[in-house]
Amino acid sequence: MAVLARAGKGELDAILDQLAPIPAVQDLRAPEIGLVMLRGRIGGDGAAFNLGEATVSRAAIRLEGGAPGFSYRLGRSPASARVAAVIDALWQDEARRAAVEAALVPLRARLAEGAATVRAETAATKVDFFTLVRGED
Amino acid sequence: MYVAAKGGEKAIRNAHRLLAKRRRGNRNLPDIGLAQIAEQLALAVDRVMAEGSLYDAELAALAVKQARGDLIEAIFLIRAFRTTLPRFGASTPVDTGAMLVRRRVSATFKDLPGGQLLGPTFDYTHRLLGAGLGEGGEAEMMPAEPEAMPRVTDLLGADGLIEPAPAEEGEEPFDITRAPVAFPVDRATRLQMLARGDEGYLLALGYSTQRGFGRTHPFVGEIRFGDVEVSFFAEELGFEVSPGTVQLTECQMVTQFTGSASTPPQFTRGYGLVFGQCERKAMSMALVERALRWAELGEEKGAPAQDEEFVLAHSDNVQATGFVEHLKLPHYVDFQAELDLVRRMRAEREAAASLKEAAE
Repeated sequence: MAVLARAGKGELDAILDQLAPIPAVQDLRAPEIGLVMLRGRIGGDGAAFNLGEATVSRAAIRLEGGAPGFSYRLGRSPASARVAAVIDALWQDEARRAAVEAALVPLRARLAEGAATVRAETAATKVDFFTLVRGED
Repeated sequence: MYVAAKGGEKAIRNAHRLLAKRRRGNRNLPDIGLAQIAEQLALAVDRVMAEGSLYDAELAALAVKQARGDLIEAIFLIRAFRTTLPRFGASTPVDTGAMLVRRRVSATFKDLPGGQLLGPTFDYTHRLLGAGLGEGGEAEMMPAEPEAMPRVTDLLGADGLIEPAPAEEGEEPFDITRAPVAFPVDRATRLQMLARGDEGYLLALGYSTQRGFGRTHPFVGEIRFGDVEVSFFAEELGFEVSPGTVQLTECQMVTQFTGSASTPPQFTRGYGLVFGQCERKAMSMALVERALRWAELGEEKGAPAQDEEFVLAHSDNVQATGFVEHLKLPHYVDFQAELDLVRRMRAEREAAASLKEAAE
């Protein structure tokens, strides 16, 4: 879930707390840190090239008697990746999906507000061109 | 005779202790935090990420601190660190057209969809030392709806006025971190090498093309900086995941036309894409990338910036500093051999001279 990948550690922990009780969690793969090679396109829209790598944390878990959950997030925070995977697994459970969505509301709002702030700050630096009246006209 | 020499362990240990003490500096001053470096020296952190070829601001801030602000040393630390991690795979190519734009300017079109957005720039400042440092409170806001910002090259491309980018052929791009580079290389390899190349070096080469050494008559079609979503196809899941966003600077350099019997005259292009807000680097990269395309575009070769092997083989500052700086390490045995040789040559010369004297 893209939105969970953009959550901070504190936000993830708060969401998980809100969703208690959580069934026992079994690691399908121990949380780990690795690299993903980021690719660009030649000219922005052409053939791919390797731009450089980024650190990524990932986790895969299964809830006791429930669904598996996965998480990939940029940066080095395997513990947070595991929390995000647990929340992802809870979301897979249709009986709990509404509760998970409700717990995600503040996070979604914070992300939307962050993007809106960037847009508004940037828009204030937009150049308004005007044409000077030519003297001889 | 060869005599192995050993020693210096104690001196090295004490030198590193002294380094740690100097790094910390005056203990009456607060220790600088990584978050402070990442936030307040963001462009140094961006440069370390770009040339370290690893996107991780927290790690780059740590490297800047550990290297006492020596950015090439910091880049070296990052490169060393990346070798300790496994690779999960490669992202799908990022879509810079869908960027959350923080800055976007074009020197070719005044009015373009989305407009000219100056963003946080040093341009138009008066370069008065200390001016504005006390500010840093609030920025002006102007609420704005999300707006499509097509790349300038897409607009020109729609009319066929600029060459199209090379199409995807479904091949995995060459990766210089996985296989040794053998010249000549393809365009994707050049871009990977330039993206991690030294900013100062690429700036000088780009500048040289403007001064007449491989002139391409460049215009900045567009520079954009902002947040771009990463997508990654997770094999074990069988679908794409989005692990977050990265900040990138992209430069589309629009350069002089070419044409042939089959194609009408059209602009050509050079491309730059760099981690973080590294505009000077993205522009330099685009200039050099374009200069290296001389053969493909039927231009004459004769300038340093067009020499692919020279340009690319010397662009990596970690390799460069390793080879230059190794000269200060002990070369006692090598030097002894040279010293012996010079002494022998001098003795032979003296002997020949006295023999000649005796003959006369």
